[in-house]
Amino acid sequence: MDLQTIWFILITVLFTGFFFLEGFDFGVGILLPFMSRDDRERRTVINTIGPFWDGNEVWLITAGGAMFAAFPEWYATLFSGFYIALLLMLVALILRGVAFEFRSKHDNPAWRAFWDWSIFTGSAIPALLWGVAFANFIRGVPIDQSMNYAGGFFNLLNPYALVCGLASLSIFTLHGAVFLTLKTTGSLQKRAMSLAKKVWAPATLLSLAFMIYSFIETDLYQRLGVNPGIIPVFSVLALLSVIVLLQKNASGWAFAMTGISIAFSTITIFMGLFPRVLVSSLNPDWSLTIYNSSSSDYTLGIMTIVAAIFVPLVLVYQGWSYWVFRQRVSTDSELEY
Amino acid sequence: MPEPHSVIIHSVTFPHVTIALEIIMDTLFLARLQFALTSVFHFFFVPLTLGLSIFTAIMETAWVRTGNEKYRKLTKFWGKLFLINFAVGVVTGIVMEFQFGMNWSEYSRFVGDIFGVPLAIEALLAFFLESVFLGIWVFGWNKIPKTLHATAIWLVAIGSNLSALWILVANSFMQSPVGYRMAADGSRAEMIDFSALLFNPYVWKQFPHVLAGGLVTGGFLVIAVSTWHLVRNSKERSEFETSMKFGAIYAFIGTILVTLAGHTQMQDLIESQPMKVAAAEALWETENPASFSLFTVGDEKELKDVFAVRIPGMLSFLAYNSFEGEVKGIKDLQKEYEIKYGPGNYIPSIITAYWSFRFMVGAGTLMLLVSLIALYKVIRENYTFSPLLGTLLFWSFLLPYIANSSGWILAEMGRQPWIVFGLLKTEDAVSPASVVSSTELLISLVVFVLIYGLLTLVDVFLLKKHAAAGLEAAE
Repeated sequence: MDLQTIWFILITVLFTGFFFLEGFDFGVGILLPFMSRDDRERRTVINTIGPFWDGNEVWLITAGGAMFAAFPEWYATLFSGFYIALLLMLVALILRGVAFEFRSKHDNPAWRAFWDWSIFTGSAIPALLWGVAFANFIRGVPIDQSMNYAGGFFNLLNPYALVCGLASLSIFTLHGAVFLTLKTTGSLQKRAMSLAKKVWAPATLLSLAFMIYSFIETDLYQRLGVNPGIIPVFSVLALLSVIVLLQKNASGWAFAMTGISIAFSTITIFMGLFPRVLVSSLNPDWSLTIYNSSSSDYTLGIMTIVAAIFVPLVLVYQGWSYWVFRQRVSTDSELEY
Repeated sequence: MPEPHSVIIHSVTFPHVTIALEIIMDTLFLARLQFALTSVFHFFFVPLTLGLSIFTAIMETAWVRTGNEKYRKLTKFWGKLFLINFAVGVVTGIVMEFQFGMNWSEYSRFVGDIFGVPLAIEALLAFFLESVFLGIWVFGWNKIPKTLHATAIWLVAIGSNLSALWILVANSFMQSPVGYRMAADGSRAEMIDFSALLFNPYVWKQFPHVLAGGLVTGGFLVIAVSTWHLVRNSKERSEFETSMKFGAIYAFIGTILVTLAGHTQMQDLIESQPMKVAAAEALWETENPASFSLFTVGDEKELKDVFAVRIPGMLSFLAYNSFEGEVKGIKDLQKEYEIKYGPGNYIPSIITAYWSFRFMVGAGTLMLLVSLIALYKVIRENYTFSPLLGTLLFWSFLLPYIANSSGWILAEMGRQPWIVFGLLKTEDAVSPASVVSSTELLISLVVFVLIYGLLTLVDVFLLKKHAAAGLEAAE
């Protein structure tokens, strides 16, 4: 296997980890206004992700850094091309990030309402935009001969991408709701369960719509072939099973299934892309691939060594942090503000 | 391209307006302005994160080792201020990582093979460490053993300071490129020696300076807040006396280190970036022995003094520890670079380099003075301050901010016209206007100015509120 392929896989892993982990904390942020009726409940809901969200977001920062290091042309074309979309994403991530820290540091109700609103929008916008971005990767965007993006912001907002955006928005919401059923108690848990059941239907329908739409809009199916393997199939089956598991009150399994569905859909899109990273809608030859956009073998080799040492280490201590905070958070627990 | 009619009319009627508009709507200008604003703003928060994380860790270690409740309260108190500041440092850092690709795509393509590597390593080694263990520290007070809890804040401190190391590895390549070769077609620089990049002498001059800058920033904030409480004779007097003691020692050590590190860095610059030194000194002609400027009003067009007070031989002394030795002047360096790099203007904005250097050194000198006074008071165990001294000790927390910002302005502006010294000019690094238009750049600039303005207000408000509220409220 060549180094380019290894790095394509590693970036797939980083985005998969990001969507799996930050997916549920986006979901919790989106559900915040629907889950909680008073300030104490809101704080409880936030505390379910309090120790984790920042570490989850580093998966994105690392994915961005890895793209820059391993595939600079991909990073440069994507970030300069999807300019306004990324600006929106940055605004959302800034407001959301400080909101977690700032909301409880002052007890004026308007102050708290503003930062809670920031947590909601700051979670919903990226949850939507990531779907939009990934749909455009695979559908293709106008990229010219010299690897420069030749479209505008509104090229990205095509119906296909919007369906994918709504699908990711609703799946992350579902993932967050199921996470909350695992991390809360009493009436909050009941509310989370009922929200999860409500969100499941639109999330599933939108995902199916996205799959059908992909048949028309992309070459995903031709690339995956008649036997796409277990990953794409399981991403669908896992999502379908969630409602059954929720009915049986098997929250843990349901969470595993929303997680698998998110992870496997991400992997499926990367499988459909391979070896391309950004498809040109103007001319297939102008697409960015792992070969025409990669760094030198020397750089990729150094990065491979670094990743081989530190990725497992990160997984160990991040995993340990989840174990430390494995208990449910209730409105009666001592809440860290 | 023929000029549109309306523009011609404008240039006849309001020539200055048209010229001003052309400058404002130039993508290079907008991208540079945005980088300057977002990076200086980001670096308002970073040094305090570096310094206060270590300070908080020291407080908690003192608690674990002595079992004295006072230190636990102080850990909570300084930890809270640390967290408010940390949040803004993190989110403004994400903007920096995205900005290279968004506004500087040509730069990203040119240096990605090298520059991307420390950025990726920074995320993997440092960001994970600080954010995961910060979560454990904030939410783990009653969940994990004391020693482990103290270890968590040390890991946050190590993570933060490691991230500074890796971003400086990246920046040092821009200042003094090593361990690379140019690709056969000249389209990009490629890494050939990772250890050369990591052991770039520039890194190991710059990193101690930045690290010590963090200690100073943290130390002076601790002095300021402690003074504020001591002057008001708050009921937590004994705790703030302890804070003052640690803060004064911390600030003093930091100031000595930052001065020494700055001095060695400047000596190194004479070799690696003589033009930056010459600009910072407004040294037009090569001199031996070279004089140090105390005050210069210069003419940047004619490259000469209008009015200047200089100390003879002093610059040679600072550069070589001897009153002899040649320091190259701006005019000679310009000639040298024209021969080496082809025709062009290789002189950075002298007024910016000159004054940013003076602001940095001036603030540093005052910090040395203030930290000595604070240390003297602490040694005498005298914690009563005259109103004048109280005011001085309080407001001196601004000095490190002035020094940090002007230091970076000198480092980055003094390197111009290069973005990567000797390899790529800043004007060739910006995203093509066909991809990122001046309108888009203007929109993002306005958005960042508004959001960063809001963050400043909120951050100052919260820091003030929680610093004034004292230890009891931080429980």
